[in-house]
Amino acid sequence: MLLAVAAGMYAVYHGPGGLTDIADRVHRTAVVLANGLRRQGIPVLTTTFFDTFQVRVEGAAHDVVSRAAASGINLRLVDADTVAIACDETTSRADVLTVWQAFGVEATDERLDRVDDATPELADASWRTSTFLTHPVFHAYRSETSMLRYLRTLSDKDVALDRSMIPLGSCTMKLNATTEMEPISWPEFADIHPFAPIEQAAGYLALIRQLESWLADVTGYDAVSLQPNAGSQGELAGLLAINAFHAANGDVGRNVCLIPASAHGTNAASAAMAGQRVVVVACDDAGNIDLGDLRAKLDLHAAKLAAIMITYPSTHGVFESTVAEVCAAVHDAGGQVYVDGANLNALVGLARPGRFGADVSHLNLHKTFCIPHGGGGPGVGPVAVRAHLAPFLPNHPLAAEAGPATGPGPVAGAPFGSAGVLPIPWAYIRLMGLDGLTRATQVAILSANYLARRLAASYPVLYTGRGGLVAHECIIDLRAITKESGVTVDDVAKRLIDYGFHAPTMSFPVAGTLMIEPTESEGLDELDRFVDAMVSIRAEIAKVASGEWSREDNPLHNAPHTAESIAGAWDRGYSRDLAAYPLASVRKAKYWPPVSRIDGAYGDRNLVCSCPAPSAYES
Amino acid sequence: MIPDDLRYTAEHEWVKVIDGGVRVGITDHAQEALGDIVFVTLPAPGTSVEAGQPLGEVESTKSVSDIYAPVSGEILARNDVLDARPELVNADAYGDGWMIEIKLADPSSVDGLLDAAAYTKLVSEG
Repeated sequence: MLLAVAAGMYAVYHGPGGLTDIADRVHRTAVVLANGLRRQGIPVLTTTFFDTFQVRVEGAAHDVVSRAAASGINLRLVDADTVAIACDETTSRADVLTVWQAFGVEATDERLDRVDDATPELADASWRTSTFLTHPVFHAYRSETSMLRYLRTLSDKDVALDRSMIPLGSCTMKLNATTEMEPISWPEFADIHPFAPIEQAAGYLALIRQLESWLADVTGYDAVSLQPNAGSQGELAGLLAINAFHAANGDVGRNVCLIPASAHGTNAASAAMAGQRVVVVACDDAGNIDLGDLRAKLDLHAAKLAAIMITYPSTHGVFESTVAEVCAAVHDAGGQVYVDGANLNALVGLARPGRFGADVSHLNLHKTFCIPHGGGGPGVGPVAVRAHLAPFLPNHPLAAEAGPATGPGPVAGAPFGSAGVLPIPWAYIRLMGLDGLTRATQVAILSANYLARRLAASYPVLYTGRGGLVAHECIIDLRAITKESGVTVDDVAKRLIDYGFHAPTMSFPVAGTLMIEPTESEGLDELDRFVDAMVSIRAEIAKVASGEWSREDNPLHNAPHTAESIAGAWDRGYSRDLAAYPLASVRKAKYWPPVSRIDGAYGDRNLVCSCPAPSAYES
Repeated sequence: MIPDDLRYTAEHEWVKVIDGGVRVGITDHAQEALGDIVFVTLPAPGTSVEAGQPLGEVESTKSVSDIYAPVSGEILARNDVLDARPELVNADAYGDGWMIEIKLADPSSVDGLLDAAAYTKLVSEG
């Protein structure tokens, strides 16, 4: 999210005109640099270029590259006779002169001005003629003052962690602490290129190796790769390692991946991408993996079994007591065990997947280890394996340090993935220490159980494990309530907005339910504030069920209430006051939603595509 | 709402015997559980389907679910109206919301499906 927002706001601030000016300057700099070399007899090999070109220096490429490096500029050594040079908007006049010096050509300000007579090198056909960034937002903000206010306007529309808990089950919306976040904007972390010579990244490499070893320690695995940019990429990397492991053992034809019915949808998608065939294992009434069905599927597919992908604690928010048994049965059938790390926030410091029978997991550093979440990414989804899978972790053809030589290749473009955000989990683990991480897990589980117990008086909790306890999240079941009152999970989620809360996860993994994950970051006050809102909403539902309010005219069905809807004509069967301020505490800090209820089904059924019609692409 | 004259599967499809084969849709219980249906993907006539295997998908605002073939055979017809009006599955699951017609590979295969009483029991046990 962080990097996607930064890139988006760059476009908002500069707009199409600004971006074109920047591109023109980048190109002009590259042309001046190239002409300065060409006019002193150094052939430019690239005939049409924008910002990057190659030049030929017979037998001298190593010398040129090392002279430039000594002056603080990295050029690319293509081969003994060829050097590649790339410019960007930060390339200065001084940089041009430094590069010229490295090639041994005359490098003075006067000459630079003389050479700056060049016409652009781009072929005519390469120039963009179509309009872009036509939306008004890319044309409105051109000063820091106006940009600041625009950003404030956007954040005012959000229910973010700086206003309320975000109790999204399965998402682990914990605090992204400023101390952890700030360093990623420091030039020492932000300005290095992913393919800079590794000896210039010694600090980063130390940070990466430390983080790998800490994550191995926390999970009980033997080796970790930080390359995957997301949990889904981590899953793919893990399954590719399993495929390679079976292949290396001469164990051909193992392509069946067992996935419980309760799994995240990503699991099945990753298995399909890895060339495996998905076979679903049923869950019993308590939401646990059905061991009878598992044994039947194992018998049926034993010879073809590649792996099982399970989530622990399960997506039902329960520590399944049979997890070790499941792992053992799959191993006996010759399969590997993949444990999805989505719910690692319930395990850190308490249990290690690498030690209770799993062979491989991915972690979500953007959940458990404090990197802000997706929505355009990138996150970080490291893959962690036991020793027998370590030779099959991702590697990179351009960076030996990125992984084992025996690996199956990269799963991301950059050798160390989203390295730019790794200082966040590094700082988190360093700040917390192992004791702190364990305590965080305990508090996360305690908070979820506190919510489950207090909410149980108003809403049934769908699944619990031993002792009637949940893990780090709980599912409350609204299906019976919906049947009785017509009030749906959507109504409750939207009404929570009026109370100033972000909605919990809706209808996952069970339709008609809400999944709530408070995380360790929320204090008792905030948990109580949430319970108060949910209890108050339950009382509102009762009024619909009893007929005091009609099914169409009630504050749930009409939620959320915008300021505009409150200010306008009012003919509803409940008061404006109740619509906007359902609890006294809401008066202290009111969040006003920017839009009222939208018709989601209408939107899904009536796709509006803003692209030109296909005929526009006909030549 | 579980009509007596239809047969059913545990995956919540209904089957109606018609001239030359069967007509298939999803049950009222299924559409209610799925919520507002926004898109239905179905195989073209002529496609062979195998009992128990997925033959298409139904997408609601909540989720995407497989539709399973209740019987083996060949697709005779598909309800193309659902392309533009998927909400018919919500409004009239047993009528205008029908999905496909199948020519049976084995005419007796319908006998193996659940009857209304058995499906009612299955749904009530939830």
